[in-house]
Amino acid sequence: MSLDQLYQQIILDHSKARHGSGLAGIAVPAGASTGQSHQLNPVCGDEVTLRVAVEDGKVAQISWDGEGCSISMASASVLSELAEGMTVDELHAVIGNFREVLRSRGKIHADPEILGDAAAFEGVARYAARVKCAMISWVAAEDALNQAA
Amino acid sequence: MALVSTPATLERAVPAMDNAEVLRIRNDFPVLGQLVNGQPLVYLDSGATSQNPLSVIEAEQEFYEQRNAAVHRGAHYLAVEATEVFEGARETIAEFIGAGYAETVWTSNATEGLNLLSYSLSNAALWAAQGRGDARLKDLAVGPGDQIVVTEMEHHANLIPWQELAFRTGATLRYIPIDDAGALRLDIAAEILGSKTKVLAFTHASNVLGTINPVQELVALGRQAGALVVLDACQSAPHLPLNVKELDVDFAVFSGHKMLAPTGIGVLYGKQDLLDVLPPFLTGGSMITTVTMERAEYLPAPQRFEAGTQRISQAVALAAAANYLTETGLDRVHRWEAELGQRMVAGLESIPGIRVLGPAAGQERIGLAAFHVDGVHAHDVGQFLDSRGIAVRVGHHCAQPLHRRLGLTATTRASAYLYNTTDDVDAFLEAVAGVRSYFRV
Repeated sequence: MSLDQLYQQIILDHSKARHGSGLAGIAVPAGASTGQSHQLNPVCGDEVTLRVAVEDGKVAQISWDGEGCSISMASASVLSELAEGMTVDELHAVIGNFREVLRSRGKIHADPEILGDAAAFEGVARYAARVKCAMISWVAAEDALNQAA
Repeated sequence: MALVSTPATLERAVPAMDNAEVLRIRNDFPVLGQLVNGQPLVYLDSGATSQNPLSVIEAEQEFYEQRNAAVHRGAHYLAVEATEVFEGARETIAEFIGAGYAETVWTSNATEGLNLLSYSLSNAALWAAQGRGDARLKDLAVGPGDQIVVTEMEHHANLIPWQELAFRTGATLRYIPIDDAGALRLDIAAEILGSKTKVLAFTHASNVLGTINPVQELVALGRQAGALVVLDACQSAPHLPLNVKELDVDFAVFSGHKMLAPTGIGVLYGKQDLLDVLPPFLTGGSMITTVTMERAEYLPAPQRFEAGTQRISQAVALAAAANYLTETGLDRVHRWEAELGQRMVAGLESIPGIRVLGPAAGQERIGLAAFHVDGVHAHDVGQFLDSRGIAVRVGHHCAQPLHRRLGLTATTRASAYLYNTTDDVDAFLEAVAGVRSYFRV
């Protein structure tokens, strides 16, 4: 498998665009309930603090601060873009699907219908050492959702 | 006098290492012959763990095929054979570092050696308080008001055991800071060390910066303060001639797997008069003299610190590794690796957007270089190099406080050994030069 299948253009773009990045600068929608989660990978130092705002059972906003490799930063960016407007249950299901694909060691293909841009992380599943990089913000989102609920 | 040779004739007798010799050496290392991602493996992660030559692999296999038995017990043939090679290995390693036989204690690795020592020192306080053991324990014991001193560049293995010793005993942990170039601030060390200092622990060579620390000056400061001096020799014992007596440290530790041996074996050196009075850390079989239902008396070192069945085959393999290094000549290995280290740093410094940690090109360093690539995370750098068959270490290299001091969380480290050629370094440099454009920085 070539490096380009891991570092797809969409991942490199998101690692720089960082959609939803900047907790302090993004105001929480009035009336939304929020949950926040901090996740750290002690092996590499990747770190994400992610906040979910839920309104009427829907994800109104995901914002985050983080530091880490291009995979972890792009993954948080894609997640923020993807999740907005989903119901809480839908997002839980998408997180579950993403985890299943990433832990499959390449056996389960990503379905763009379900994962949207996050399907680009399919290649990460073949790099066992990088799965946690892609998962870190999704784990944070899952934890934050449970708090906001 | 016939026995005296000038440096010039010495030079002729033992020529410096070169690529041709390294290529011959590589034939002894089966793992290095493979392709990784379709490219010849360039292994530059020996600072983390080194590869094994055939003589080491065969020594371990030969032990299991011909001599496997528990040592120091049983009157049968195999038990005697096993004991002989096990203790023979200890003699080899003692000689390798200039130590006495009874001063050479087997551990699992350097981390265990440092933990052993730190627990032994807090046990010393317990023993002294109850009048148990030698009267000198009172001086060795670490207690409230005492000071333990480390440095800012330590590997976590030579930091956390001391933090925990301070926690257990009420002592204070202090550290010698580094300057921006990565050198220890000896002027501040002189201010910190004093009559309260019970332990001074520092690394011989930094696993991140590549610096070789001024052991002589530090030992002198330790002696002045009356402290026990502990040397982390993980990055020196495998790479340069090491003589613990000449360095005059009280304790030293290193790991076998960083010096061509398997995992699971390491060494704690300690001066005999200290080891013989310090309380054990792990207790149980093989380290006792008399045992009643109430209490036990302990053997002197080294058995005092070797409870339970030992890592026999690994010790035998470690001795084979030491022999391999001795036959190649550690002074030659050191010079070759220093050359590779200089080549790395000079090359890295010429690539835009690269910041090398530690001494600049032209200044002394061991054969490793850690660096930061502006705009690209170390994990991505490592992944990019791996796709070209190049193995390096990424992360904080078990030195978080040092990285924090340098304003970084993770770096990439290339570390060479006697089986690396200048071509390996050049392949690495060429790949690093392509990192930023690949990640569109």
